[in-house]
Amino acid sequence: MSAAVQHRLIERWLPALLGFGTLIVFLVAVEVLIRVGLINRYIVPLPTQIAAAFGRVVVDEDIVGRFRLTFIESFAAGAMITIIGVLVGMLLYRFPLWRRATETWVAALASAPTVLMYPLFLVIFGRSAWTIIMMGFVAGFPPVVLKTIEGLVTTRSVLVNVGRSLNLSSVQLFTKILFPAALPTIFTGVRLGLIFTLINVVGVEFLINFGGLGQLINDLAERYDLPGTYAAIFFVILVSILFFIAIEKAERWLRPAG
Amino acid sequence: MAETGRLSAAPSFNLRADPVLALRVAIIIAVLVLWQAVAASGLLYRDVVPSLFAIGGALVKLLTSPEYYRNLGVTAGEVGAALLIGGLSGLVVGLILGGSRLLARAYEPYLYYLGPTPKIIFFPIMIMWFGVGPGSKVAMGAISCFFPIALSAAAGMRQIEPILIRVGKSFRANTWQMVSKIYLPAMRHPIINGVRLGLGVAIIGTLLAETKLSNQGLGFLIIQAYSLFDMPRMYAMLIALFMIAIAANAVVGWVGNLDRVKAGAS
Repeated sequence: MSAAVQHRLIERWLPALLGFGTLIVFLVAVEVLIRVGLINRYIVPLPTQIAAAFGRVVVDEDIVGRFRLTFIESFAAGAMITIIGVLVGMLLYRFPLWRRATETWVAALASAPTVLMYPLFLVIFGRSAWTIIMMGFVAGFPPVVLKTIEGLVTTRSVLVNVGRSLNLSSVQLFTKILFPAALPTIFTGVRLGLIFTLINVVGVEFLINFGGLGQLINDLAERYDLPGTYAAIFFVILVSILFFIAIEKAERWLRPAG
Repeated sequence: MAETGRLSAAPSFNLRADPVLALRVAIIIAVLVLWQAVAASGLLYRDVVPSLFAIGGALVKLLTSPEYYRNLGVTAGEVGAALLIGGLSGLVVGLILGGSRLLARAYEPYLYYLGPTPKIIFFPIMIMWFGVGPGSKVAMGAISCFFPIALSAAAGMRQIEPILIRVGKSFRANTWQMVSKIYLPAMRHPIINGVRLGLGVAIIGTLLAETKLSNQGLGFLIIQAYSLFDMPRMYAMLIALFMIAIAANAVVGWVGNLDRVKAGAS
């Protein structure tokens, strides 16, 4: 093996091994500390118990059905933020006075702690999937609007000029030039929106004890099933991370090279 | 040299001269009129859309009640403690990761992907570890703000100009001197940005935990208003809370811009 290949392998795999190795060492250390009694096993269950609980949680707690429910809620909220968010962004781009008047409000909404409105949504929509979907929508809507406007505004003027020189109508200019040019930025907004939506969907499921994966954690914690609670939390984190990686890859695929 | 001889125009409140302001005022008036019309029409449940006067009355009552300020104090203390614990640990981790390429590549992906996960699901664990009192709320806030501050500090550390680091090393500065004289001053803007993000999520984490299980704090007051179905009070609570969040964000932003203002004035 040449030195260059060896160097590249070390460069690539050493950090990953170090990160994963630390995780394993940490779990083994926790296992040992619990077994020798330095950590109370009624507060932190053994990592081996948590690993064993995974199978039980998946089978007994209908994790597939719960996952499907969370997915449907997230999908509904995601579809709403995409359709309504992009539409509102396009309208605000089309009417600059409205954009100048409301863009800072949308930005303020993006940074406001809107998730704390969930008791209000509970009153309006009841303890139902709609409360969860609407909370997901409120969280994910502002970034989609803001990024749609950004994408349309920052379209290179040379592209727009080419369209005008070809005598395109305003509809053609929008569908052939502006929208395709803005699409990667719009997708960044949709990606951010989907992340906020997923956080709110799972969070509100947990808070109002209704729905899919979030409720599962609440259920297991109320039953004081410690290994099950930890396993469910790990499962939700794993699902979230896989989701983030997937939409990040989708965004890279959509963004033109260079 | 300071710029002289030019006076900036006083902010204009002339609605005819400023169409953006006129439109904003029109939108606000339209929303308020529509709200009041819906409240009076009885189309929706009266309690879901209470009249503006009821909400205004509840807001005045809330802001003049000592109970509100006592609970505000509890939440402010919890958020402050969370920011201190989560912020300091985030800063230390960020400095370590930002200073080593190997460690950053080994551990930063974990922070990057764990950062946006819904933190509130850790609340049952925090209750088991720290009890049902303020400890578990502080822990929730600390976990929430740890990630944005750590990631901002790590990114800020990598953006420090190498010449500054070389100057510190050529003066044979020890680790503490490097941190306090070179790293932290050079990366104050990314850190303040991280604190700004961290403060927002610490407020959310703490308050959500209070709404789930607590007997004091603003989150408790919100969920109490929900349990009593006192909708004007709930709207008043949310308005007051949003104002506090905006004010806290503005204060951190103002602190972050202080040196820029000073630099501009000198």
